[in-house]
Amino acid sequence: MKPILALFTLALAAAPAAAQDAPPTPSASDLGTPVPTGGQVETIEHAEAEEGGLTFTVTDESEWQDLGIAIPGFATDRDAPTPANASGTAALGRELARVVYNDLKNNGLFRPVGPDALPQPTFTQITAPNWPTWSSRGAEMLVHGYVRARGDGKLVVGCYLYDMALKSELVREGWVVPPADWRRAAHKCADLVYSRLSGEDPFFDSRIAYIAETGPKDNRVKRLAIMDSDGANHRFITTGRSTALTPRYSPDYRRLLYLSYVDGNPRIYVYDIGSGRQTLVTENSNPTFAPRWSPDGRWILYSMAVGGNTDIYRVSSEGGPSVRLTNAPGIDIGGSYSPDGSKIVFESDRSGSQQVYVMNADGSNQRRLTFFGGRAATPEWSPRGDQIAFTRIAGDFNIAVMSPEGRNLRTLTNGWQDEAPTWSPNGRIIQFFRTERGSGRTSLWQVDLTGRNERRLPTPVDASDPAWGPILP
Amino acid sequence: MKLRFATVALLAGTAALAACKKEPPESLPPEPAPTTSAPTGPTQPAGPVLGTQAHFENAVNGQNVIYFDTDRYNIDSADMAALQTQAQYLAQHPNISITIEGHADERGTREYNLALGERRANAAKNYLVSLGVAASRIRTVSYGKERPVALGSNEAAWAQNRRAVSVVVN
Repeated sequence: MKPILALFTLALAAAPAAAQDAPPTPSASDLGTPVPTGGQVETIEHAEAEEGGLTFTVTDESEWQDLGIAIPGFATDRDAPTPANASGTAALGRELARVVYNDLKNNGLFRPVGPDALPQPTFTQITAPNWPTWSSRGAEMLVHGYVRARGDGKLVVGCYLYDMALKSELVREGWVVPPADWRRAAHKCADLVYSRLSGEDPFFDSRIAYIAETGPKDNRVKRLAIMDSDGANHRFITTGRSTALTPRYSPDYRRLLYLSYVDGNPRIYVYDIGSGRQTLVTENSNPTFAPRWSPDGRWILYSMAVGGNTDIYRVSSEGGPSVRLTNAPGIDIGGSYSPDGSKIVFESDRSGSQQVYVMNADGSNQRRLTFFGGRAATPEWSPRGDQIAFTRIAGDFNIAVMSPEGRNLRTLTNGWQDEAPTWSPNGRIIQFFRTERGSGRTSLWQVDLTGRNERRLPTPVDASDPAWGPILP
Repeated sequence: MKLRFATVALLAGTAALAACKKEPPESLPPEPAPTTSAPTGPTQPAGPVLGTQAHFENAVNGQNVIYFDTDRYNIDSADMAALQTQAQYLAQHPNISITIEGHADERGTREYNLALGERRANAAKNYLVSLGVAASRIRTVSYGKERPVALGSNEAAWAQNRRAVSVVVN
């Protein structure tokens, strides 16, 4: 697990200054009421589980994905009132277990059984499981948890993972959360279970920015919206008066880059989530597209058309002069940093059609990566560094991955038009949006790297341009 | 657009209206609607008023839109003829400015199509400039694939959507 407290402090120190330096927001506005930025999650226990609980390796995901996991309701020491649940902490305990269960179930991970199909353990049983109850149900793994309302109004949530065969604890952790952030504690529990059993990094405690779409095909309303990784805590950022497109969360979740037509032209804005203010990414009359953050949040990539020719530029996220990174005739657009920030993969039609290229972060050593036939667009470097996802255009539009050297092409989806991949924080799952032929209706989907587990994400209305942020600070 | 009543007298009588300016729209502009009613004057015949989109479309005989091949932005001979007609109109009415809206069909990725629409709009602009229209009178904006006019998912619809539309600024 990551040192959450330390990360949070760093994020505070790096509070954005761009908003003060930049000129005032254009008079026209499409912004709704600012959304709450959320509270702090404090890790209270950090029990390093001894290695040896694992009786299998993770070379084939199908092995651990078949694990049966029992997730009964979390217990509470006493049923206390809490703003997180109108019925008190006992009911909240069951809700917490449901969130953990749905995280694991909806992503095709393991074979979880949730609290609605299981007996409720008592508070004392959380640290001393009643083994026969669970072994008789065929569970191979057992998740126990508790929730307690603390005197200061915050919630303490504990999460334990037990191996039924060994009858021993594999890992435990606990968190203190403001009541409004109770779901984050459940996501952290799901992350703990997933990480311990799969050997992969966590990804549930994260958020997604996307474009909510309504209206007929020739008059679509496109609004910037955000939600948790499971679709909860959904919020609209813009009102829909102007078209909004292609959002990207900053790595610290404090800002959003996105394209808006709020002044009549397509321009990239930096939206500050806490203050609800936004500024242009560059003071310039040219249209700007395709905003991206560097992994450390210090740099912003954007693409700008000058006289019809689009190139990629880099600017400090605190403002200042821009550096032009590409200068080939034609459209150079997008850009996605390697996790170490040393390289940028991007899209260019300099060869005559859209293909994926890579360059050093300063723009040097540009070379083409994709030679698969068809076109290749919207490359996104995995946070793990080992894969590049992109939109493969060969007849239909599909999501594909390749190695950073442009080899080992694998196509993961088979929709009519699937585009704009975005990686889960751990680089194991890819979200994208799918456009329906004819109606033009859009929806968010995700697929794992095997291509076997594909599912639609629930959104209140049609949805496009998903952008998955990192693990929350 | 079908009305063909425009006369030189009407143009002269309403030239002053061209000076009318509004702020740029806060949202995407609505589809241009033909304006068929002259503002005032019992002696004026009905017909599109100079400075309106309807007047422009009427005068260029509907050739305010040019079309492109898939993934292309070159100006072909049909586009040249249409743009020459537009240039003549702009030469006759030096107070009129236009916005060229560049569009792409839905069979492209969103960001690339924004850049492609901008390139198409600029190709049209550059040709008008080569015909003597001042660059300062032509603004460009790309809507990528976000504003289709033909709603099908077939070649015929896509061909109609790969376009650059000249719109009078008023």
